[in-house]
Amino acid sequence: MEQALIRESTGRQSPTLVSRRVSRDNRQTVGDPFVADPRMTCRNVNVYYGDKRAIKNVSLDVGRNEVIAMIGPSGCGKSTFIRCLNRMNDTIEGCRVTGEITLDGQNIYDSGLDVVALRAQVGMVFQKPNPFPKSIYENIAYGPRIHGLVDSKAALDELVENSLKKAGLWDEVKDRLHEPGTGLSGGQQQRLCIARAIAVSPEVILMDEPCSALDPMATAIIEDLIDELRQHYSIVIVTHSMQQASRVSQRTAFFHLGDLIEVGATSQVFTNPLHELTEDYITGRFG
Amino acid sequence: MTPNANGSPRTIDIVNRSLARRYLSERRFRMCGLAAITASLLFLCVLLFTIGKNGYTAFQQTVIRLDVHFDEEQFSSQDLNALDYQDLIRSSLQRLFPEVEDRSEQRMLRALVSSGAAFQLQESVAQDPSFIGKTIPLWFPASDEVDMVMKGHFKRTAPEEERPINDLQLQWIDRLAAENRIAFRFNKGFFTSGDSREPELAGIWGATTGSFFTLLVTLVLSFPIGVASAVYLEEFAPRNRLTDLIEVNINNLAAVPSIVFGLLGLSVFLNFFQMPRSAPVVGGLVLTLMTFPTIIIAGRAALKSVPPSIREAALGVGASKMQTVVHHVLPLAFPGILTGTIIGMARALGETAPLLMIGMVAFIVDIPRGFTDPSTALPVQIYLWADSPERAFVEKTSAAIMVLLAFMILMNSAAIYLRKRFERRW
Repeated sequence: MEQALIRESTGRQSPTLVSRRVSRDNRQTVGDPFVADPRMTCRNVNVYYGDKRAIKNVSLDVGRNEVIAMIGPSGCGKSTFIRCLNRMNDTIEGCRVTGEITLDGQNIYDSGLDVVALRAQVGMVFQKPNPFPKSIYENIAYGPRIHGLVDSKAALDELVENSLKKAGLWDEVKDRLHEPGTGLSGGQQQRLCIARAIAVSPEVILMDEPCSALDPMATAIIEDLIDELRQHYSIVIVTHSMQQASRVSQRTAFFHLGDLIEVGATSQVFTNPLHELTEDYITGRFG
Repeated sequence: MTPNANGSPRTIDIVNRSLARRYLSERRFRMCGLAAITASLLFLCVLLFTIGKNGYTAFQQTVIRLDVHFDEEQFSSQDLNALDYQDLIRSSLQRLFPEVEDRSEQRMLRALVSSGAAFQLQESVAQDPSFIGKTIPLWFPASDEVDMVMKGHFKRTAPEEERPINDLQLQWIDRLAAENRIAFRFNKGFFTSGDSREPELAGIWGATTGSFFTLLVTLVLSFPIGVASAVYLEEFAPRNRLTDLIEVNINNLAAVPSIVFGLLGLSVFLNFFQMPRSAPVVGGLVLTLMTFPTIIIAGRAALKSVPPSIREAALGVGASKMQTVVHHVLPLAFPGILTGTIIGMARALGETAPLLMIGMVAFIVDIPRGFTDPSTALPVQIYLWADSPERAFVEKTSAAIMVLLAFMILMNSAAIYLRKRFERRW
């Protein structure tokens, strides 16, 4: 009854002040985790590390050309969750995923699906900038080269240039493309990693706390970049900074101890949360 | 000491009281470290000094000049190889010491010159036939006893019966020296010839080539096996009971006494597969068994030290597991693997025990030309010479040790250089 009421209230798109929030004891997702015409869908996703259940029955959609932010206290499973979206969890010993995750209607955990192809469609940017210890050019060119996306040196050069331009790094590095990528500053390295991710033209980009190792200036540049990238890609971003989530995202999902507690439009989640736990978190009562 | 407002002593006072003790223990610890390093350096210096002192004379050799008359008549018809070159040496000595007529004294006189002189003579005539018909002054290696006297290893003052050289021979030596017919030369033969029963003719080239062939087999086999195993175990294999068991066994294998590998080589390679005895190929196989666990362990450590973020980066752009390993992980781990390999090879170079079991301890004069020729190895040569009774082999032993150590230092410096050269920071 309560659930229905809330769904109705968010459905109206104009955040009305909810007088009575959902109690802390309720572990069901409130808000609307689903969108029309989604890029990715997750249904009843559970993740286990050995016997420990790290993600509990999460259902969530990722829309087209939107930035969806994952927030929540440390250890709430938000990083674990986005690593399911490109099957990065496969590399972790003893990690098991159940439920269904689809990309453009196809189940990515299907036995027939090639994980290499999936990762070409769902790119990832990590917490710590991790360029290959190779030249800037090679960092970008590596992905297209192994996937055979280009057939000539000229096309590759162009792709590298375009990727760096999209990542807003071109002007800073165009004269030193053949110097090591590890010689760049932290913020530049992270933009290099973003350029590397978009060089293979993915549909979705996952970002796992991309700014946590950066200073405010570099963070501002990356946030602007994320906003621009939304034109072409769906972006899922995990962040510890609520300001960042409110600045860059259209929708926000709040995780707590493996449960997806609340999903909604970013403006609504931060101004008028439906769940007491969400309110506690965004008002700084914990986390 | 000023107590706090609440009466308890201030932290700074407590800290100050314990500071002296802390610094003292720190100083003590540093002294211990320094003492340990000094002690080990001291032992090393004593070892190197002893070897150097005993061995440096082996790089020199006493030579005697004889005027050899190549009689035209003698050389005219016959085959050069069939001549009695020993007789040429004998007559040259005879002309120098015409007063020696007694047969046993003549024999003592001939003993001054190495038995290898005849071969040397034969070679020089074959090289330069223009000698024929002339009397040419030529330098020949002295026998090892003369060599030892000249180098001062035999005391002239000792009673005659305790000396391998008697008073008469000493007189002859002195006369030769007075006539400038005795000199020291650089001992080229030590580096170019094989083993010999005569210390003055024995060299390490045979053992060095034997070691080279053996190590080549070892490298060619153990490097691919070791690297492939390390990569598979570290990057691909699942972690379960079986891989744990394999890991324990590899670590065990690295610690098995090498003589056991020798016995294994003897029973499997020689007895079962009927491979040739004393051959570098078998030595290489046995040393491979010993070396590849070291390479696996070093390789795994090197692979482990590659940060996981690099693997994630590669997987994140869609590289397959194999591409991730070959394009990114392996190149970054390569310096470490290389260092492990070189250290393993250096250990294999110094290994003696397993080679004894497969017959590489035989006395072999010829320089081995291939992997199946009978040969010996440097450390085994040292063992053989150390076991020989002649005084002159003492300096040969030390000299061979110096050569072996030089190779070791070379290999280990190469390891350090390569590591520094290819090391990447991230």
